Amino acid sequence: MPIRVENLSYTYNAGQPMEQEALRNVTLTIEDGEFVGLIGHTGSGKSTLVQHFNGLLKPTSGKIYIDGVDIFSKGVSLRSIRQKVGMVFQYPEYQLFGETVFEDVAFGPKNMGVPDAELNDRVDQALALVGLDLSLKERSPFELSGGQKRKVAIAGVLAMQPQTLILDEPTAGLDPKGRDEVLSLVAHLHQREHKTIILVSHSMEDVARLAQRLVVMAHGEIVLEGTPEVVFRQAEYLEAIGLGVPQVTRLLQVLKKQGFAVDPDHYTIEAVEEEIVKLLETM
Amino acid sequence: MAMMKNITIGQYVPGESIVHQLDPRTKILATFLFIALLFLVETFTGYALGALMLFVIVLLSRIPVKFVLRGIRPLMFIIVLTLCLHFFMTEGRVILQIWFLKLTYEGLIRGLMMVSRLILLIIGSSLLTLTTSPILLTDGIESLLKPFRAVGVPAHELAMMMTIALRFIPTLVEETEKIMKAQMARGADFESGNIFHRAKSLIPILIPLFVSAFRRADELAVAMEARGYRGGEGRTRFRVLKFTRRDAAALILVAGLVILVGFCF
Repeated sequence: MPIRVENLSYTYNAGQPMEQEALRNVTLTIEDGEFVGLIGHTGSGKSTLVQHFNGLLKPTSGKIYIDGVDIFSKGVSLRSIRQKVGMVFQYPEYQLFGETVFEDVAFGPKNMGVPDAELNDRVDQALALVGLDLSLKERSPFELSGGQKRKVAIAGVLAMQPQTLILDEPTAGLDPKGRDEVLSLVAHLHQREHKTIILVSHSMEDVARLAQRLVVMAHGEIVLEGTPEVVFRQAEYLEAIGLGVPQVTRLLQVLKKQGFAVDPDHYTIEAVEEEIVKLLETM
Repeated sequence: MAMMKNITIGQYVPGESIVHQLDPRTKILATFLFIALLFLVETFTGYALGALMLFVIVLLSRIPVKFVLRGIRPLMFIIVLTLCLHFFMTEGRVILQIWFLKLTYEGLIRGLMMVSRLILLIIGSSLLTLTTSPILLTDGIESLLKPFRAVGVPAHELAMMMTIALRFIPTLVEETEKIMKAQMARGADFESGNIFHRAKSLIPILIPLFVSAFRRADELAVAMEARGYRGGEGRTRFRVLKFTRRDAAALILVAGLVILVGFCF
């Protein structure tokens, strides 16, 4: 179910004094089963872009195709698009409203027309996926811890069983343990559940570890695109637009500049460790 | 969501125009005078002159006329309701009868007058907030209320409450949009179904909105406390309001026009 956007432009408050162009002529394709990291500084348009993928925003100009179908053409049910393309917003725990965890997680599938008899299974599956104990089902979501709330909110999207999942800064505001849990959940969804993942983030470390392809945005445009190796070679440019490369990659780049024989195209701690051990052995 | 973008009441459009630069107290008093005018006049000529006054001020403020008029849209329902009630509920000479509804001549006139009054009232007061930043506005209110402190009016507290309320309107609007989008991403539908269905569909928006409003209130109170807030006692100001000759002239002009139009038409 590839997602394709063509020449997408979006202007906030069009025709008002506070008019602001958020996206300019963006063209991008996301293939089935891909893991795409979408990175950019605050205000670069990344959140605006992903809100087009499931029809929450209607482009000022340009088209969005899902499975080759223009989602804003007549007769396309946006609800079914939103079932296929799940979206986890930033700080998703702020959207919890149910009296019980069950009610909240079941909200999405219920709206999608899943019969009541099946709801229980859906909720159980979703909670198990995010690693929450099923005994929490009858608790109020408001009495859970911050990390648990976030997992309930993610489960609420997973319960719709979307084929593509968009996550907007899913680790923002979590402690290191919560961060690791959410990131390994995302990795699991990609590898085991074979979902297409679009991870929006400004943390280079997070996206570098997981994504197969990076899309870098600045000022409402896509400025860089490619595998992490290719993108991180542009360290100076990334810094100029307020981003950077993972610290460990930076280390290799500096070493290389100083004349050491290292290959700077690594971006996870493990790979860099290996590279440095190799270097030390030759010295 | 489209609804949210149309609320211009309480919104501020930054600018450098002569209207923007007036002292907020001048603008508040002028607005009150204008409202008084709307209740004094009883002829269409009077309303037309009031509208003309507003039009000139809008031109001077350099805010697009279309944008100012947009403020009426959210209140369209009340306007239409007022119009209908007056049209059909006033006793008098019947000029048109549809089934049991009788449109009277008196009703027609009164309805149109009330609606003119309502529309001018909305535009007049939104012009105040469109050209005055919320901070200046509350500074102005506080300063105007100060003389009444002797009789127990908590001027500073009222102004602070207003500042906070105004400050949080855009935040809450933004928050509402965010929550709406998040629930729409889960298939929520706010636009179809009967009125009960629609009211029920608001629950997934209202509960998170209240939860976050309370959380924000709590955080704000702590932040204020941490910065040593202890009410208005002995507070000095960074922005000192200045009532200039231009303000005096503007106020005299408005007062003169109000008296002239108000008592002649």
